[in-house]
Amino acid sequence: MSAFDTVVHLIYLACATAFVIGLHLMNAPSTARRGNQVSAAGMGVAVLVTLAVLIEGRQINAYAAWALGLGTAGGAAAGLVAARVVRMTAMPQLVSLFNAVGGGAAALIALGERPASTQAEVTGVLDVLIGALTFSGSLIASGKLAGRVPGRPVVVPYGRFAWIGLGLVAAVLAVLVVGFGGGQAALLGAAVVALIAGVLLTLPIGGADMPVVISLLNACTGTAVAMAGFVLGSTPLIIAGALVGAAGAILTKLMADAMNRPISAIMAGGYGTGDAVAVEAGSPAAAVREITADDAAIQLAYAGRVVIVPGYGLAAAQAQHEVVALAEALTAHGVEVSYAIHPVAGRMPGHMNVLLAEANAPYEQLQDLEESNPAFPRTDVALVIGANDVTNPAARRAGNPVSGMPILDVDLARSVIVIKRSLGHGYAGIDNELYSDPRTAMLFADAKKGLNALLTGVSAYAK
Amino acid sequence: MSPLLLADLTVFTLGLLVGFEVISKVPATLHTPLMSGANAIHGVVLVGVMVLAATISTPVGYALLAVAAFFAAMNVAGGYVVTDRMLAMFRSRS
Repeated sequence: MSAFDTVVHLIYLACATAFVIGLHLMNAPSTARRGNQVSAAGMGVAVLVTLAVLIEGRQINAYAAWALGLGTAGGAAAGLVAARVVRMTAMPQLVSLFNAVGGGAAALIALGERPASTQAEVTGVLDVLIGALTFSGSLIASGKLAGRVPGRPVVVPYGRFAWIGLGLVAAVLAVLVVGFGGGQAALLGAAVVALIAGVLLTLPIGGADMPVVISLLNACTGTAVAMAGFVLGSTPLIIAGALVGAAGAILTKLMADAMNRPISAIMAGGYGTGDAVAVEAGSPAAAVREITADDAAIQLAYAGRVVIVPGYGLAAAQAQHEVVALAEALTAHGVEVSYAIHPVAGRMPGHMNVLLAEANAPYEQLQDLEESNPAFPRTDVALVIGANDVTNPAARRAGNPVSGMPILDVDLARSVIVIKRSLGHGYAGIDNELYSDPRTAMLFADAKKGLNALLTGVSAYAK
Repeated sequence: MSPLLLADLTVFTLGLLVGFEVISKVPATLHTPLMSGANAIHGVVLVGVMVLAATISTPVGYALLAVAAFFAAMNVAGGYVVTDRMLAMFRSRS
């Protein structure tokens, strides 16, 4: 190994270290931004070093250099623009899109590289299969989140048989590549099979399950990139891919636990519309107590402690600024305010926190499930905004669709105000017993309008 | 199994373990930026695309190379910038 190669490898090692340190610094909001910058610096150095290798080796021909340069410049520009203009509510579809192109690039690497060894053949097939599946799957997920593909579960006829068929074809192609030197044609076939599989995988999954799907696809991209690293014998790709694979795997597990459903059941699909309006409650709606915005505002202003429970309805109405304005008015009035955030609130893991942070909610007021639940019995008013299944006390009993799901113990608060457009069901499709509780009052309104009305009421009262 | 593959496998496994260890400490509040930041990290696939560029010499290869470079660069640049935008919003009131 020449001195140049040694230096290059040591720099790659430093870059991988920067990724690990960057992720480590993400464990606290005060250091997270620096962590991301450390990681980005590592990435910049890795790219520059690779450029130096290309120039030093003089192997790259002019056409390839142009293709590489133009592609990189175009992609970077597109990524920058998208990242600058995206609204925080549209974040999940953009992250999903970035995930798709990452998987696509990983798959293209294995398609472009002529396998030089059995190792490269095996990992190359895996790379193509996982990368192509992530590419099409993430594109569909992104489309669903953006509303370009129907968010409801789209059940593909004979989907299961198609899966088995695709699996068999993929296995045959893999054997052709590895055992019989099948090469590019078989790899191309594997890519097509995996692209179809990605679509079939994501279409039947409902919008409400998206946090799980996004995490899972993220884990897949990580694995695909690691496989690309095996193909090219590139350590930074292997390390970075493994890190991302681990991140995706952990988040997938956390999200699936928070919905109390096995990952396999979520992937089977056909459940979870995400848009909690469709079904009208046919059952005892009469038992529900309605409240006017003025009465609710007075109740909030009189409270010593208020916990706000934001849910999908808040995210869908983009009412994050309104809720924070209300919280600020209450805080100024001497009320102790915090937010109780369920892990699957929003459309990707932790999405609700980002929305509230965008609206300048103080980090100290954002509490997760474990932190907030013990505090509900000491809470005067729990203000639930568009969260349904994650507050349903029925989850504590066996024998219904939400049984065993970790919920926010909103019903233990002294009183509850629910802002909701109608008595429609959540994705689990069952009545929320919280709504008919005598201590619960319903404020039927769109999240944005309802919160504005409350803010007006509280401001008038506080004068 | 070649020594090279063994070394790669070792690196991969250790990477997974380090990843599990580091990432399980990240609070739920930061899960979206974490995922977005992790997404940007797998944009290191750009390095792979660059390495590959040295071996390509057909018209189809150039086209695929350009597409792969576009994808990977979009992943890297967009991923880091959007994560930075998100994290800039997480500040404490002081």
